[in-house]
Amino acid sequence: MTSQVTSELNEALLRSLTPSVLGILVRRGADFAAAEDAVQEALIEAVRVWPAGPPRDAKGWLVTVAWRKFLDATRADAARRRREDLVDEEPAPGPAPGADDTLQLYFLCAHPSLTPSSAVALTLRAVGGLTTRQIAQAYLVPEATMAQRISRAKRTVSDVRFDRPGDVATVLRVLYLVFNEGYSGDVDLAAEAIRLTRQLAAAIDHPEVAGLLALMLLHHARRAARTAPDGGLVPLAEQDRARWDTGLIAEGVRILQAALARDRLGEFQAQAAVAALHADAPTAEETDWVQIVEWYDELTRLTDNPVVRLNRAVAVGEADGPRAGLAALAALDDSLPRYTAVAAHLHERDGDLATAARLYTEAAHKAPNLAERDHLTRQAARLNTHRSR
Amino acid sequence: MAKYLLLKHYRGAPAAVNDVPMDQWTQAEISAHVQYMQDFADRLEGTGEFVDGQALAPEGTWVRYDGEGRPPVTDGPFAETKDLIAGWMVIDVDSHERAVELAGELSAAPGAGGKPIHEWLEVRPFLTAPPTITE
Repeated sequence: MTSQVTSELNEALLRSLTPSVLGILVRRGADFAAAEDAVQEALIEAVRVWPAGPPRDAKGWLVTVAWRKFLDATRADAARRRREDLVDEEPAPGPAPGADDTLQLYFLCAHPSLTPSSAVALTLRAVGGLTTRQIAQAYLVPEATMAQRISRAKRTVSDVRFDRPGDVATVLRVLYLVFNEGYSGDVDLAAEAIRLTRQLAAAIDHPEVAGLLALMLLHHARRAARTAPDGGLVPLAEQDRARWDTGLIAEGVRILQAALARDRLGEFQAQAAVAALHADAPTAEETDWVQIVEWYDELTRLTDNPVVRLNRAVAVGEADGPRAGLAALAALDDSLPRYTAVAAHLHERDGDLATAARLYTEAAHKAPNLAERDHLTRQAARLNTHRSR
Repeated sequence: MAKYLLLKHYRGAPAAVNDVPMDQWTQAEISAHVQYMQDFADRLEGTGEFVDGQALAPEGTWVRYDGEGRPPVTDGPFAETKDLIAGWMVIDVDSHERAVELAGELSAAPGAGGKPIHEWLEVRPFLTAPPTITE
């Protein structure tokens, strides 16, 4: 085994132990913010020390070192007095039987009092074990800014009781954001979101956690096919399906089926069902659009999200023809993101190439990201050059 | 979690309410203005929303390619150019509303008479990375 492989294994192990070590410190009476700092220091020391002499009991080692770091820090300055005051004010939390530390950490880091960006940053650090520098690089902000965002987040949740159950839905929204709205840096945020969702699924038996995990796996399976060699976006219908990861698809479908069998449908299970139907089609033409429309109907009932209605209009256009799609679209607010892109696509399928070209150009102008803008500009150019010849 | 550019213009923006050029302010008014800008940036770093801030010299040079093996052509500056950027701040915030709120605060920087300048700032969203899940 090369030393690089060893260090990667060590890092994976370290990061997987982060939440339980942190949970143990908090249960021993350390306040969350100080405990989190102490665990980060212990992780850094482990990276330094383990390659030369890996411990037999990795978790025990981390708990011992983190606890020592915590005591050193609290003894060091006035923080000691604060801690003693705290201990005087409240009874020690003590062990709460049955409550899982890892799960409590997810709840705390996704607490509704946090803004989405704070919850994301805190989750990646306290649950994911990433360093502030890694998180800052992943979100393209200065390290000092990310450090402040995390420490403010910790202050915000400092009064939250650690042993109260939270709302799984808030945790799922945070993990969804990590998966769906990341930049790319050294850290693979999509893979990290999947790891954290797997870990959550191990800590709590909940069909929507399984639904989100399945959704992530099914989309992750298409990753290699989603980008052209020149970096451009490849839309679903044009992707080389041979490049989809069949292992991830099989796992996603299996997890989804087990979740659906429990008959507690939620939005992530329904979204995953749409992704599974796409994954199931050998070619784009063989997609079961009728079933996809039914799932969008379910999603509309569950969330009444206008973006879902827009996606439903796309599916109706495929299932019942472009005129039906345009009729579904006409009922929606035309200021919705991607409304114009969908209209362009439906007009093209309907054979009105002049309108489609004009709308693709307009959609490119409104696109929220560069990849989509380039893609839509290419669509307009394709129709314009085709028509002028 | 979206980045916005707060753009400040030397020229090209609608006139500010307190539209007295800086070279007619008192020393104390200039100091108060500079301090306000610094405090604003520091505060945003404290809230975890600051990304970058830079000021630009008013005069630039126009440059273009002039063919293989030839040095680039330079020209200008052109006094008649309508739009002239003075500087920018990049913020990373949770919503467009928050970006507008912060631009409003930045526009309140004190100018002549110690009164807010009320200058027009342009708020421009960054194009992001594409989301993974779109259907």
